[in-house]
Amino acid sequence: MALLPPALSDWFAAKGWTLHPHQRDMLACADSGATLLIAPTGGGKTLAGFLPTLAELGTKPEAGLHTLYISPLKALTADIRRNLRSPVEGAGLAIRIEDRTGDTTYTQRRRQRADPPHILLTTPESLGLLLSYEDAPRMFQGLQRVIVDEIHALAESKRGDQLMLLIARLETLAPGLRRVGLSATVEDPPALARFLSPRGCDILHADPGPDPDIQMLETDAPPPWSGGGGRYAIPAILEQVARHKTTLIFHNTRAQAELFFHDLWLQNSDDLPIGIHHGSLSREQRERVEQAMVAGALRAIVCTGSLDLGIDWGDVDLVIQVGAPKNVKRLVQRIGRANHRYNAPSKALLVPANRFEVVECIAALQAVRDHDLDGEPRGPGPRDVLCQHILLTAAAGPFDADALFAEVTRAGPYADLTRPEFDACLEFTATGGYALRAYDKWQRLLFRNGLWQLRDPRTAALIRQNLGTIIDTETLKVRLKRFGTPLGEVEESFAASLTPGDTFLIGGQVVRYEGLHELTVEVSRQPGRDPKVAVFNGTKFATSTLLTQRILAMFQQPSWPELPRHTAEWLSLQRAVSRLPEPDRLLVESFPHDGREHLVIYGFAGRNAQQTLGLLITKRMEELGLAPLGFVATDYATLIWGLEAVHDPAPLFDADTLREGLEGWLSGNAVMKRTFRNTAIIAGLIERSHQGRRKTGRQATFSSDILYDTLRKYDPGHLLLDITRQEALRGLVDFGRVEDMLRRVAGRIDAVRLTRVTPLAAPLFLEPSRVPVEGAGRERLMQDAADRLMQAAGLA
Amino acid sequence: MTSLHPPPACGIPTGMSAYPFTLAGAALAAMPSGALHWQAQSLLVVSDLHLGKSERLARRGGALLPPYETRETLSRLDVALEMTGAARVICLGDSFDDIAAADGLDEGDRLWLLRLMAGRDWIWVEGNHDAGPVDVGGSHRAEVTIADITFRHIAVPAAVAEVSGHYHPKARIGGQARTCFLTDGQRLILPAFGAYTGGLWCHDPALSTLMGDGALAILTGRTALPVPMPRRPDPRR
Repeated sequence: MALLPPALSDWFAAKGWTLHPHQRDMLACADSGATLLIAPTGGGKTLAGFLPTLAELGTKPEAGLHTLYISPLKALTADIRRNLRSPVEGAGLAIRIEDRTGDTTYTQRRRQRADPPHILLTTPESLGLLLSYEDAPRMFQGLQRVIVDEIHALAESKRGDQLMLLIARLETLAPGLRRVGLSATVEDPPALARFLSPRGCDILHADPGPDPDIQMLETDAPPPWSGGGGRYAIPAILEQVARHKTTLIFHNTRAQAELFFHDLWLQNSDDLPIGIHHGSLSREQRERVEQAMVAGALRAIVCTGSLDLGIDWGDVDLVIQVGAPKNVKRLVQRIGRANHRYNAPSKALLVPANRFEVVECIAALQAVRDHDLDGEPRGPGPRDVLCQHILLTAAAGPFDADALFAEVTRAGPYADLTRPEFDACLEFTATGGYALRAYDKWQRLLFRNGLWQLRDPRTAALIRQNLGTIIDTETLKVRLKRFGTPLGEVEESFAASLTPGDTFLIGGQVVRYEGLHELTVEVSRQPGRDPKVAVFNGTKFATSTLLTQRILAMFQQPSWPELPRHTAEWLSLQRAVSRLPEPDRLLVESFPHDGREHLVIYGFAGRNAQQTLGLLITKRMEELGLAPLGFVATDYATLIWGLEAVHDPAPLFDADTLREGLEGWLSGNAVMKRTFRNTAIIAGLIERSHQGRRKTGRQATFSSDILYDTLRKYDPGHLLLDITRQEALRGLVDFGRVEDMLRRVAGRIDAVRLTRVTPLAAPLFLEPSRVPVEGAGRERLMQDAADRLMQAAGLA
Repeated sequence: MTSLHPPPACGIPTGMSAYPFTLAGAALAAMPSGALHWQAQSLLVVSDLHLGKSERLARRGGALLPPYETRETLSRLDVALEMTGAARVICLGDSFDDIAAADGLDEGDRLWLLRLMAGRDWIWVEGNHDAGPVDVGGSHRAEVTIADITFRHIAVPAAVAEVSGHYHPKARIGGQARTCFLTDGQRLILPAFGAYTGGLWCHDPALSTLMGDGALAILTGRTALPVPMPRRPDPRR
């Protein structure tokens, strides 16, 4: 077992601190090649990761980089630096600790490359940059340990895949490098261990602590039939805020957080200090809230996933989740944000936003109690990330293909990568990989003297600019007209939906849209008016398979004593009028309403898959002359409206036809094009659009959709189309879950014809984000609009 | 005029119905593909083909884009020529993404282009991308005037009876964005005909100051669709 320097042990003792068992375990495992520590929030996880490093460095360490710490958040690196410095400085250890992120100054970065600290704290993207320089071998040759914090969060995205490739690279530069992963509670620790190190990894579990104290918030008024805001519960929530020291109020989307915050203040008669925090607010605004929080000046923060990770907020004693949690694992991790003291139960309240979410909240509560966590297994390492990694490797210097392949397969996500798959990625980065060999003269990478290298070394700068796997949605800044005060950002697609005079919420205030000016959305204040357009897009999580299965199981009960009466009555009425969905059958209702025919598909496949199902089924309906006009999807159902009644829905659900539809539908759908765009940016086919470049080059730049259509037509076997298809199985398209649903149902379709809207279908009519079907109807609309405009202008 | 199918997202515009209009007394037709047809002169005009764009980007060390835009553009041009049977062709500038791109054409593409040119009076008007003679047949001109109408790459502010390109105008209607012709009866600006081309919203000051009152935007697509040219900053972009 590694021993801490006596000065450090003394300092701990003086503070009255003793090591937790898992912290001692980490010291015992100091020499292990790879270790994964699973510990609840507040368990001293990060310190546990650093203890072996502090033990090895001792009081007077030699110069050189010893430990690299990687966190998903910039803010976290600064926080950890402060937390780590206090014991190190308190014990008088001569250990240099620095962080390096996108915010680090140029001079500091240069100095760090020439003379690295003992412990460097950074992010995956900054590490990628460090490794793209020629001097990387010198900087990292003596590296002993790499610590990946919040590895469960990184493993959920391509950032994790990229990081594991970078760590494999580090290991080549520093043989014997030891890997440490620090994770919150996850459903499948061995899978995460393989992700960290495919060649064996020790797994340590900290005491998970007491079960959380978690309940559904009781309100006087029942939740509304639809919507996601949870605003009906504001009086009850304010009461809870008043009774606790500090409350975090989580929402699933930024738009919902905004709406909620706005209404909360209208009802906040005690003037409790409450702030808002989410990823679309300007950085200044977020920092102000964070500082106020640290200073203990706020009683509550309305927030989104932007506070899922990171800084220890200290005195939070209540977490409120507004809206169904969608995912049990994330719920458990969010709950852990309360009572950051070890061995104290976290306290949390769930607030269902609508009637259906009451069922989902109860299902989630039961899952938490049963310690039943959800999670979809990771797919193989995405190849667009590998393409970027090959370019990054080339930026650092010439490389040998065999050695790089061997190195890549030492990264967990790529352990099963085949040589032909690797070679196809290499070919793509070198020549574009087109069937038409057009670029032999202008290859990006050349094979010279047995090594691959950049044809033009100056392109290394371009590769660095495009590094990273986070693709920002194109956003526009929002500013107050005349004053120019920045308020935050909205997605371009939202800005495109606005007409001057529309009002919307940002940063808790109602603003009036004035117009677009140089890629900035100009607004004026419009106090006291209800926002007309209230939604700006944000991440929409799909309800997990585990939760939907629990809900379907709950539907099979003869009665529902655990549900509030209003919700139980609603389900009973559905059972009497139509029927309730069953786990291994597919309920499809059809009925006329308001002069249109409607079809409801209760697939319970999650929002993204239900959306895809909507696109595929309406396409099929269009072919069959059923004239669909549009659809809307939620986590549990898709509602389609059109001109013709569907009396026999079974043929619409033929798996082969749907799969063909996915292939054919690949050619036109916007979601698919967005998937392609992300892949093309990560793989290095197109450059990221920077605000400035978009502004100057509008005429010259063209949409990635054109590239996508061209590839489909002339080179359908191209690598990037292959990757795009693979991506479509999960994420925004989530076709994998459509297939799972069809397998589960195996043709057992219950078609119910009714004369009017059913209780379970009713809320769907109130859902926003309706998708019009691009078919005969849409063309007619365009023609009609043109005719009206011409007439109005006296031109027709 | 109503079409029953959505326009092809990519592919050969079939040009079911062109939009007829007059410019300086000449009867012209805006084809849904983005080409201009002047039947009386047996003339087809296309602008901003940007042939060889992907090759130029690759040469400069940029991305290796799918190298198929030249054949895509040529196949559109082929269809337009087939349909109109035009004996004269004006390529209104920026036909090649740069001079070297003209030399770098793939052999198949070069032969295709030569086949299209064969037996036709073919005029390359210079653009800002391809100023200078290119090593393909036909005649090369800074601008050309036919029956009082002047054809040049970039519009001259006070000009009348002028046809130009350069700006790649586009507009949005009914939620759909399309490249478009712009005309106010005095001048006409053509959309970009090339496959790898972006566009400039026609409410951009550069375009709205050029076009007089009552200007029309004629959208390309399945049919050529005229609408009043959007003027104010269009929030729907």
